[in-house]
Formats: sequence, structure tokens, C-alpha cells
Amino acid sequence: MAAITQTLTHAFRRTGPARGLPLAYVDDIKLIRSPRQMPWRWAFVVAAASAYLWLPTYLGDPGLRVLAMCGIFAIGAIGLNMLTGYTGQISLGHAFFVGAGAYTAAYFGGQRGWPMPVYLGMAVLVGFLVGGIIGPFALRLRGHYLVVVTLGLVFLGEHLWNNWDSVTGGGNGTSLGSAPMSLGPLDFKQGLEFGGEAYTFDQSFFWLVWAFVVLGALVAKNIVRSRAGRAMQAIRDRDLSAEVLGVNLARYKVGAFAWSSAYAALAGALYALLQQYVSPLEFGLFLAITYVAIVIIGGLGTIFGSVLGALFVWGGRSLIEQNSGRAVFDPLITTSSGEQGLFTIGEFNAVLFGAAIVLFLLFEPRGIAAFWYRVKTWFLTWPFSY
Amino acid sequence: MSVSALATITGDDLLQTGFSGVAVGCKYALIALGFSIVFKATGVINFAQASLVLLGGYLAYHFTQSWGLNFYLSVLLAMAVGALVGVVVEALVLRRLVGEQPATVIMATIGILFVLDNVTTSIWGPTNRNLGDPWGVSTREVLGVTVADRDLWTIAFTAVAVAGFFLFFRYSLLGLAMRAAAFDPEAAMAQGIPARRVGRVAWAIAGLMGALAGATLAAGASQLSPATGSLALIAFPAIILGGLDSPLGAVVGGVIIGLVQQFTALTAPEYFDWVGESFERVSPYLVMIVLLLIRPYGLFGTKEVRRI
Repeated sequence: MAAITQTLTHAFRRTGPARGLPLAYVDDIKLIRSPRQMPWRWAFVVAAASAYLWLPTYLGDPGLRVLAMCGIFAIGAIGLNMLTGYTGQISLGHAFFVGAGAYTAAYFGGQRGWPMPVYLGMAVLVGFLVGGIIGPFALRLRGHYLVVVTLGLVFLGEHLWNNWDSVTGGGNGTSLGSAPMSLGPLDFKQGLEFGGEAYTFDQSFFWLVWAFVVLGALVAKNIVRSRAGRAMQAIRDRDLSAEVLGVNLARYKVGAFAWSSAYAALAGALYALLQQYVSPLEFGLFLAITYVAIVIIGGLGTIFGSVLGALFVWGGRSLIEQNSGRAVFDPLITTSSGEQGLFTIGEFNAVLFGAAIVLFLLFEPRGIAAFWYRVKTWFLTWPFSY
Repeated sequence: MSVSALATITGDDLLQTGFSGVAVGCKYALIALGFSIVFKATGVINFAQASLVLLGGYLAYHFTQSWGLNFYLSVLLAMAVGALVGVVVEALVLRRLVGEQPATVIMATIGILFVLDNVTTSIWGPTNRNLGDPWGVSTREVLGVTVADRDLWTIAFTAVAVAGFFLFFRYSLLGLAMRAAAFDPEAAMAQGIPARRVGRVAWAIAGLMGALAGATLAAGASQLSPATGSLALIAFPAIILGGLDSPLGAVVGGVIIGLVQQFTALTAPEYFDWVGESFERVSPYLVMIVLLLIRPYGLFGTKEVRRI
């Protein structure tokens, strides 16, 4: 009987009017979900891939640098989203893990001169381990108490970066000027060379960062759509119920912290490479809140949303910075050319961040990703869209 | 270093440091009380309290220095305006988030923190301001300890505020309503408790306490600067240490944190200088983390009952 049902179901799925409708859970968690979605998914992949290859030849170096920063924020935000969006553990300490990654890369790359794959790997490993050490706090502490402990991490981190002179260079920071940046035959520091064409550092770095974004997003997607991801979401929705159902809280909470801080550390290491310099002032509360803003604005509990959020927040910030001299902003922003406005550019951006967090929480708690899903659903359910 | 270093810290030093620890602790306690009232009424940790402290301090400064009002009057006025700001914030944002996950509300308060903080600093600018309080840097000798007048006032303010909190929650109907609303918002509403008024009053008191804390923080030599707001964030260990929902805990936590900080400042350069400069800025957090591992709900916090 079961065999017949299955055969019929398969036939129905292949040919019937509901062709491509997901009927089983396995269909629902597939990366490429159904035949009907196939052309759209592939069109999207092809469009993204061509943009990836083509953008560096089109945009100038400053624009590419902004996009590289967006990519770096996207990597960190994917990590935070796994922790906050999927496992429901709010963390204000992301800046600390980003800092740990940046200093690890600076120490092994800049001071020791180890090759790039090794020091990037070290950064990820250190991030993973530090996250694994912090993780158990999430078992003992809940909700509000955990938030404040992670906030404390940021302050403790700042103290550490300022005082552990032999590794971090103290208040002066440390340089990555001598860090090798080659991956096999590809030398990112000198700029890549393809077919006799030489590319600049910013062009090459854009390719490097966004390759990591794609890699990181795929790994994260595979974590959250599998057994581990379901366990994490059960913990987010109600940790006690999850525990009763047999989810191992210790394993998944600590695991989420470890993975999330590994992503943060990778973001930090890439950030250090892009700046070629690490200063202890950069990993403070502002960075931590920026990450929180990115995951909220992008959409909690979506990997794709983290990338959208990073593009929106950092891209928007850079756009405002570049255009701050324009007449529209005159009453608002004080510029170096002596235009007296209400805010400095830093304050203006911070106010926008804060307002954006509040507005999104009030009016679209699912973030930018929700707009995307709405459009997608409309097309997928056509002609029965509502 | 050992022998000579040991000799440099005398009994008088200890007494002096103990007193200044209590005084600093009372400042933290005032900030912490503002945090704890919102937590007690709505069950949400209110990050925006730090910006209410900053705003309140600047308002007091503005009323004394720009309008030339009497200092005590200015502080009262700043408290009133602070309360008004609290009510407006509650009406615009927090009221719409009643019943949402605590995580959502916490992040909303972080957003408010950023907006209020930066609007405040953009109005009054980044320079240090002198509050113009009557206490200034004047001191007096009590039992061989030099005591700053402003510290005595801070301690007095804290004592009055704590007594007020105790009486309010213990004997007033609204205080009881707040405790009920924090315990279970839906059940409280079903009993006819006006949840909106509870939230509004809690935020008004938070704004009021913020202004008072801001004025005492900036009094005398401390001065007022945008960094005053981040000082308010250092009060976090105090509330956590005491337990989030306990006004008494806020004071005890504040004093412990104040003492820890002052004694770290006294002893760290001599006995454990490997921890680095200005370790006293982070030592409260370390104490907090260690204590939380032993008592996850602080010293006086209510243990959460977990039901499915």
C-alpha cells in the first residue's frame, strides 16, 4: 500500500498541476527546493556569479573596499545570526570575538610571518575555542544575565587588547604590513594576475572576501537546515521544551557559541588584512551593536538576511559618508569644510542605526529578508497569489 | 618591590579607600535603581537607562549654567524632564512591544540607547562641562578620613531613594500592581491591573532616577562628558550582582562594585601590576562573572521558576 502511495505521489509531483510542490520534509530542506524553483534559483546563482566576476572590473577601488567591508560584516553577521537568530542567545559580545580573530591573524601573520592559510585557520580555530570557553555561560545563565555577561566580554576584551603588549601591541595597535597574503599561486597582496591582466589589491581582496562569504553561507545553511539546526531552533523557541524532547542543551548552546565566534574571528582576520593594521579601539560596543543591527535589519533566523543586512547597513553608512557634503545633508551633518549641522557624521550614523533597529523591530521584525520572501512567495504561488 | 611597596599602603589608606568605594558604589546604586524599576515592572533590562543618565546630567547642567537656575531646582527640573522623556519613549516604542519576546524588547532599548545618546551629545557637544553644583571640590574631615561633600550628598540621595522604593513597592497599590505585572503580565491584566499605566509609571521613574544619577555622577571634579553615559554601563555589574529585580540588591551590588573598583585601583599597581593599566575599569565585570557562576540570579534576585 505504502509503495503504491509513494509511486502515485511521485507521479503526481512530476506531472500533476502541483508539480514541484514540496510534499515531504526532505523536499522542504533541500537547498534547491523543487523543479519549479530550479530556473529561478539557477538564474539567481548565475546572476550573482557574474556580478562577482564582473564587479571588480567595473567599480573603482574605493567602492570595492566598501563592498569588501560589507562582505566581512556579512561573514560575522552569519555567525551572530546562527547564535541569536537560530539559537536565541542574545550576544553583545560579538565584537570581542571579532577582535580575537583580528589579533590572532595579526600575531601569526604580521609578527610571525606564517603563510595566509595557516594564520586564517589559526584565527578561526582560536575563535572557535574562545567561543567554546564562553559557551558554557549560556548554560548557567539565561536571558538578561547572559546579555550583560557578553557585554562585559567586550569591556574585558578592550582591556586585554590594550594591555597584552607582546601580542597586541597595546594602545599602538599592531601592523600586518609584513603578513604574507598568498594562497598557492594567488598573491592577494600584490594583486592577482589572470591572462596577462594585473588586478589591484582591492580587486583581489573583493574576490577573496566574497568567496569566503559564499563558503561561510553554505556551511551555515547546511548547519541550520540539518538536525543541529532543528535542535538550535527548538532551543530558541523554548529551551526547556527542547530539553524535554531530548535535545542536548549543553552541546548545542556551546556549539552555537563556538561556531558563531569562529565566523566572527574569520571576519576579524579578514578585517585586519583589509586594514593592514589592528587597533584596540575598533572592537568596542559600537561594533557589537553594529552586528546586532545587521542581523535585526537583515532578518533574524535567515542566513541570506545576514548578507542583505550587511550590505544595507554598511553600504548605507558608506553612501551617507560619501555624500555627507551634499546640500540635502547640510542642516543635519557637520562636515570638515565647516558646514555646521546638527550631528557629526559618526553621531548621525549612530542615530540612524538606533532608529533603524527600533523601526524594524516595530514594523518588520523579520527584517529585509521578509520583503524578499514575500516577493518570492508571490511569484511561486502565482496565479493563486494573495 | 615587596617590602617598600607593602609599607606604602597604610591603615588610613584602607579607610579612605573604603569610604570612597562606598561613595562610588552609591552612584552606581542610583543608576542601578533606574534599571531595576523598569525590570521590576516590565521584566525587561533597559539599556536605554544609560542614555537617560547622560541626558539627565546634561539637562541639569543646562538649567544651572545656561538658564542660571538654583542647582537643586535644576536637578528637580531635570528629573521632571527626564521622567517626561521616559514616558514619551515608553509611549512611542515600548508600549507597542508589550508581549513580545524579551530579546526583542532588549534590542529595542539598545536602539533607543543609540538614538538618545547621540542626540544628547550632538546637542551639547563633546567638550567637558562643569555642572556648577554647590558642593564643588570642598571636603571635610570625619574620623581622620577626608570626605567630599558631594559624596555625602550622593549617599544621602541613595538612602532616600532606596527608602522611597521600599515604601512604594511594599505599601502602594501601584507598586503592588507593578510587581504583579512583572511576574505575569497576562494574568495581571486579567485581574484588571492597568498594564499601560504600570509601564508608563515605571519609565517615568526610570527617567527621574536617571537624571538624579546623572547629576550626582557629574558633580564636582568629575565633570560632564559623553563618557558619562558609558560610566552608566559600568553600573551593570552592580545590578546583576544584586539581582535584577531587587532594589536592595541594587544598593548592595553598587557598594560591592564600588569597593572592588576602589580597592583594585589602590592595590593593583603595587601587587599585581601585570593586569595592566586602569584595571579597575574592568574588575567589576570579572567579579560579576565569577559571582554569576556561583549564583546565576545574583545575590538577591528571584530565581526564575521554569515551567513548560
